[in-house]
Amino acid sequence: MTDQSVTFTLNGQQREAAADPRMHLGDFLRHSLGLTGTHIGCEHGVCGACTVIVDGSPVRSCLMLAVQIDGGTVETVESLGKPGDLSPLQKAFSANHGLQCGFCTPGMLMTLEAFLRTTPAPTEEDVRVAISGNICRCTGYQGIVQAALDTASAKANRT
Amino acid sequence: MKAPPFQYHRPQTREELSALLSSLENAKILAGGQSLMPMMNLRVLAPEHLIDINRISDLAGIRETADGIEIGAMTRQADVLSSDIVKARIPLLIRALEHVGHIQTRARGTIGGSCCHLDPSAEQPAMCAALDAELIVTGPEGRRIVPISEWFEGLLQSALGEQEFLEAIRIKPWAKGHGYGFAEYARRHGDFAVAGGAAMIKAGNDGRITRAALLSFGVEASPRRLSDAEVALIGQPIDKLDIEPVVTEARALDAMEDVHVTAGYRRHLAGVLIRRALHEACTTLERQP
Repeated sequence: MTDQSVTFTLNGQQREAAADPRMHLGDFLRHSLGLTGTHIGCEHGVCGACTVIVDGSPVRSCLMLAVQIDGGTVETVESLGKPGDLSPLQKAFSANHGLQCGFCTPGMLMTLEAFLRTTPAPTEEDVRVAISGNICRCTGYQGIVQAALDTASAKANRT
Repeated sequence: MKAPPFQYHRPQTREELSALLSSLENAKILAGGQSLMPMMNLRVLAPEHLIDINRISDLAGIRETADGIEIGAMTRQADVLSSDIVKARIPLLIRALEHVGHIQTRARGTIGGSCCHLDPSAEQPAMCAALDAELIVTGPEGRRIVPISEWFEGLLQSALGEQEFLEAIRIKPWAKGHGYGFAEYARRHGDFAVAGGAAMIKAGNDGRITRAALLSFGVEASPRRLSDAEVALIGQPIDKLDIEPVVTEARALDAMEDVHVTAGYRRHLAGVLIRRALHEACTTLERQP
C-alpha cells in the first residue's frame, strides 16, 4: 500500500513523515523517527509497555495507526528528562527502585505522567488502578507505586 | 505481529461514511480500535478496507433528548465515565465502565465500538441490554431504531447490516432513586470478565419491588435477561427478598466452556454474581421515607 504523509507535533516539535497505513504508532516512532524510548511488548494491547500520550491521554501505541495521529500531538518518554537531568517522576523511579530490567518503564512513566496531570493528589489505590494496564515482571510494583506517590507529594510541597 | 495490509479511508462526514460503506467490499469500520487492532495484529481479521471514523466529530457526544439520553457511538469510554449526565441518570453504566479495560484503552475505546463488536464478556452492550437501550442505525434506506433485544444475533454478531453504521445508543433512564448493582469476576481487574451480573430495582412506598431488571453476561454467547426472575421479584418486600428464583434462573443458563473455566463453574459464577448485583441494588435503592 502507498505511504501516507503524517504531520503532527512530537514532543513539542512539528514533524512530518510518511507511514504505510498498516504501521502502528509504536513502530512509526521507533523505526521511522528513531525514538526507541518507546518499547513494544505484546502488540495486542495487553502489556502497556508501548504507552505514549496522544492529545493529552495515555494510549497504547500498538493499537493506533501512525496515520491516525495526523494533525495530533504525541508525547513519548523522550519528552521527560535526559540522562543527568531526569524528570521528577524519573528521579523518583530511580530513588525507589521502580525499575529493574527497564522494559516496562517507558510505558509506566508515560501512564503515570498523564495520570498525575489529571490526579495531582492520588491515593495508593488510585495509583494501583492507574497502572493496572501496565505489566511489570521485575519490581512487584511496590517501588513504582511509591515513586508516583513521592512525585505527587513532592510537587504538592513545592506549590 | 503486525496488521496485514489494507486500504485506509478517513471519511469526515456521515455522508462520506455511507458512500464508502455502499461502495466497498470487505470493509471494516475502525472506531476506538481497542478490539479491532489487536484482532488485526494477531491476523484474526484481514479486511481489505479500513474505514476510520474517528474524524466524524458529530458521532461523539452525550445529550439529553425527549426520548432519553443519547450517547454517540464514537463517545470514548473515558468520556462516558466522566459525564455528569450519565453519573446522575445512568449510574449502572458508570459502575460497569469502571471494569472496562484500563485508562489507556478507555481513552480510545468507544461505547459504539463495543456494542458492534459484541464480545460475550463486554460490559457495555450488556448494560445496554439491562437498560433496554435502543440503537440508532443509519443505512442506505435511512435511519432505523433497533431495540437491544433484537441487536444480539450470536457470538460477535450484531444486527448491524454491512452497509449500515451505528450512530448512537439511546437509553431511557430509570427514575431517580432506583437501585442498581453490578458484579463481575475477572482474573485481574480490567481483564475480560469470566462472567458478570447486573441488577436494577425500583420499589413503591410500601417497600415492595415494582420494577426489576436482571442480567447475566459472559455466561452465554450474548448477555441474557433473567426475565422469569424479574417477574418473580415484583411485589416482594426488599427487606425479605426471596432470591431463589433469581439464582436458579442464572444457574440454568446455557453456559460457555473455554480454556479459562468449565461451563459448570461459569453457571456457578452466574448465580453468585447476580446475587451480589441484586444485593448491591438493594443497598443503592433510595428508600422512601
